[in-house]
Amino acid sequence: MRLIEPFLEFAHGLKTVLFTILEKPVTVQYPEEKRPVAKRYRGRHELKRYDNGLEKCIGCALCAAACPADAIFVEASPNTDENRYSPGERFASTYEINMLRCIYCGYCEDACPTEAIVLGDNYELTYTDRRDAIYTKSMLIDAVPAGGQPTPMATEKGMFTRSIPEMKDPTD
Amino acid sequence: MAKSITLTIDKTKVTVSEGTLVVDAAKKAGIDIPVFCYHPKMEPVGMCRQCLVEIGRPMVDRATGQPILEADGTPKVQFMPKLETACTNTVSEGMVVLTETERAKQGQKEILELLLTNHPLDCPICDKGGECPLQNLTLAHGPEQSRFLFEDKQRQEKNVALGDMIFIDRERCIQCARCIRFQDKIAGDAVLGFYQRGRSTDVVTFSDPGFDSVFSGNTTDICPVGALTSVDFRFGARPWEMKNAPSICNQCPVGCNVTYNVRREAKAGGSYVIKRARPRQNEQVNEIWMCDKGRFASHHYTESPARLKQDPASMAASIQQAAALITANKGDMVILAGENLTNEELFNLRGFAHSAKGQIYAYGKMGGGDLTAAYGLTAGSNLGDLGKGDTIVVAASDLYHEAPIWYLRIKAAAQRGANLVVLNGRHTKLDEYASFVVRYAYGDEPQVVRGLVTKDKIGAAINDAKNLVVFYGSDGLGLDGTTNLANACASLVRNRAGKPNNGLVGVWQSANTQGAWELGIKPAADLAKAVAGKVVYIIAADPVGDDPSLAQALSHAKAVIAQDVVSTATTAIATVVLPAQAHTEREGTFTSAERRVQRLYQAIPAPSGTKSDLALTAEVANACGVELEGKAAILVMKKLVASEKAFAKITYEDLAKVGDQWPDVGSADLYFGGTSYKNTQGLGSHLAYVTGFVNLAEPKPTQRVAENTLVAIPVTKLFDQGTMVLPAANLRGRIDQPTVSVGKAVATKYALVGGEEVKIKLNGTENSAKVAIDDSLAADVVLVPRSYGFAISQPCAVELLVKQPDRLGGN
Repeated sequence: MRLIEPFLEFAHGLKTVLFTILEKPVTVQYPEEKRPVAKRYRGRHELKRYDNGLEKCIGCALCAAACPADAIFVEASPNTDENRYSPGERFASTYEINMLRCIYCGYCEDACPTEAIVLGDNYELTYTDRRDAIYTKSMLIDAVPAGGQPTPMATEKGMFTRSIPEMKDPTD
Repeated sequence: MAKSITLTIDKTKVTVSEGTLVVDAAKKAGIDIPVFCYHPKMEPVGMCRQCLVEIGRPMVDRATGQPILEADGTPKVQFMPKLETACTNTVSEGMVVLTETERAKQGQKEILELLLTNHPLDCPICDKGGECPLQNLTLAHGPEQSRFLFEDKQRQEKNVALGDMIFIDRERCIQCARCIRFQDKIAGDAVLGFYQRGRSTDVVTFSDPGFDSVFSGNTTDICPVGALTSVDFRFGARPWEMKNAPSICNQCPVGCNVTYNVRREAKAGGSYVIKRARPRQNEQVNEIWMCDKGRFASHHYTESPARLKQDPASMAASIQQAAALITANKGDMVILAGENLTNEELFNLRGFAHSAKGQIYAYGKMGGGDLTAAYGLTAGSNLGDLGKGDTIVVAASDLYHEAPIWYLRIKAAAQRGANLVVLNGRHTKLDEYASFVVRYAYGDEPQVVRGLVTKDKIGAAINDAKNLVVFYGSDGLGLDGTTNLANACASLVRNRAGKPNNGLVGVWQSANTQGAWELGIKPAADLAKAVAGKVVYIIAADPVGDDPSLAQALSHAKAVIAQDVVSTATTAIATVVLPAQAHTEREGTFTSAERRVQRLYQAIPAPSGTKSDLALTAEVANACGVELEGKAAILVMKKLVASEKAFAKITYEDLAKVGDQWPDVGSADLYFGGTSYKNTQGLGSHLAYVTGFVNLAEPKPTQRVAENTLVAIPVTKLFDQGTMVLPAANLRGRIDQPTVSVGKAVATKYALVGGEEVKIKLNGTENSAKVAIDDSLAADVVLVPRSYGFAISQPCAVELLVKQPDRLGGN
């Protein structure tokens, strides 16, 4: 018995190796190949738009207030019907996130009253200069959806008077 | 002394004076009763019903008048069947107030639920969000959920202009009427009111232009919701993002304590920006108010594109060049110091002038400061203490325009029962509250003032007054006229010198004129003559822009060295220009006309390319071989204190001291007093009374402008076209076109109608101006506003050139 024991151990190990050889490898060939992220993954932020192209962000700076790392900076300005960026009276004229400071906690998402800021699935954040880590509004904002207009847009008078839409329960 | 009353609030025994409201008594005991419509500076109205509490009073046997006792010997307390409002009930002996019972809490909760039924809950975009009483009280006392339907909320107009500076959001308004009551009772400009009833009630303005008051900004402070917001700050920043920087307003001699809210901005390239100005409580100076000029115009000039800046090398070269000019013309230097400079800077300039054997003059248009220094107000003085039995005399000053906060406080004193004597050549707003109004012909001011004591009633009011404060201004007067008037006014108060709440106050045109006079820096009797052939070192003044005759005079000067914050007509003609810093960027002290020394703190870092006036003067002086302290204001103050008797007891530490002030504003409970700031940085202190006797000059006969000609009378308007006011964009609507006022007789003679444009010719210059008709004016005068481009510094002959002379045919 004592003599055969090492061979059994060896066979056992060999079995694991043999089975693993037949398995599909987990390694992906990044960056050519990318793995899908988890459904609620918290990557780089995106500023969302409504279907008509208006920005969801109203410049309230609650994300900046909620941010534990003080990574967000917002400056607001008033909207007019001739130059409208978002529904209601106020829009973010400056929106900056310092990605070196951000800890991707998602508190900004929770604080946002219009679901304008969403942590997306982009994790490819590299910079060669610290200044490049500051993402400005134009870098963060989503592209205008099909059928929508770019902002600022001229809108009908009295049409977009509410900044904060009626909120629905988030589905995911 | 009022009777003391002891009552019990939530098991705490509280002793307050008779007549105190329950809500105030609770506040003094540190117990919070939520309020919206009640404000400690105003009479209660009980409109919002938020302060519901249970109030019980000891029962009294009607037959015997004795209190009914419980079995254990304590007085039997009877509670009302319903909740009562704490703001409308005054305290009574043995009262029991319960604020924390279930019934009281339920009442407060239901009122909040009701107030929120139509509130839009757009806190994220509301400028008040973060410092909003409604937000805070809802969090502390409100219901978790509303039973009202969201869809049934009333939708109303948002962001409607009430005036140029204040916008109203009708949805957010909870109809507490604080703004309306402030305007009616405190500001005295009843321009707001309620329109419609019930759920349609709206706050509207019925003045033209809308919200026509110089105190309009204060309503945004006391508005307990975000209904009233200022256009100047609209969406500027969230309240929690800004730092608070204490300062002193530099727009008039009152010396209002302010707090500048500052933050760094991407738009400004990452540098600090002043976002707004808010009053800082000082119950002895500005209480919790400030005027619109201070609020909206006292900081925008610092960001003006006309700011003077120089790189270090050229600044050093400028300083060397200035010093070379001064050394080359030894003894020929004239320093012209603006009266907006701090005490320390003026002291240094005086030292420089003496050491360099030059002259120093203040750039001021009013005289009599030696008298206000001798007979001015002293420690313990507070306009808020004046009332029944006291007398206030206001001579030749339109305080509403010259020093709005004094207008407010003097009006309040008159309403408390003080005798108010107003002397002017025309109708001013203060007349409405005056016990006696005296009209004089322009030019007769000194004689009229001296004659006051001989009059029956006015004489008695002045001679028998417990306290007497005399204000004199420059309405229709130049340097000589004000000096004469000051002498006349001083004769009324000189026998009361040194007593608190008694004295002479000059309504100066600048923030620190009193400081200049205390240091012995006076305006030149003939400035044009004084500067001829000299090297003129002008600091913080714009004589060229103000007066063409001075521009002419300065062109005969040997050289002009101009040191200022923004480029002006004077810096344009100067040989050497030195870039200085604004009052928000440097330290020092101002002396208010009430002789209160107050500290000016640095609110924001100065932009690069500038240096403080203290440093610039010291460097110029040192390059001339004169030793001057220029490193820090506090070091200069130490020297100043050692050399000046009146300043002997002043220290920076004392100036920064604060005591308890009532009402309690700016603490955690913004709902009580509004969002004015609590003063934690110093109330300032009075200059000492220096015993001494100043001989009063006999009134010189005023030089009359020739008979049968129109006389131009210089007057001050609050919103003028000054260098500091113009950069304030949202005041543009209020900065009128240059307007001259004439009486009915002149209007008829020249066939003028109000609002039309005329050409006016005075002192060899011609300007066009709009005409306003003022019935209270005499037949031969034209009121000409200062700082509107007219070449006027004292009364002078004026010609009206009407555009269509054919209309005059009939006359």
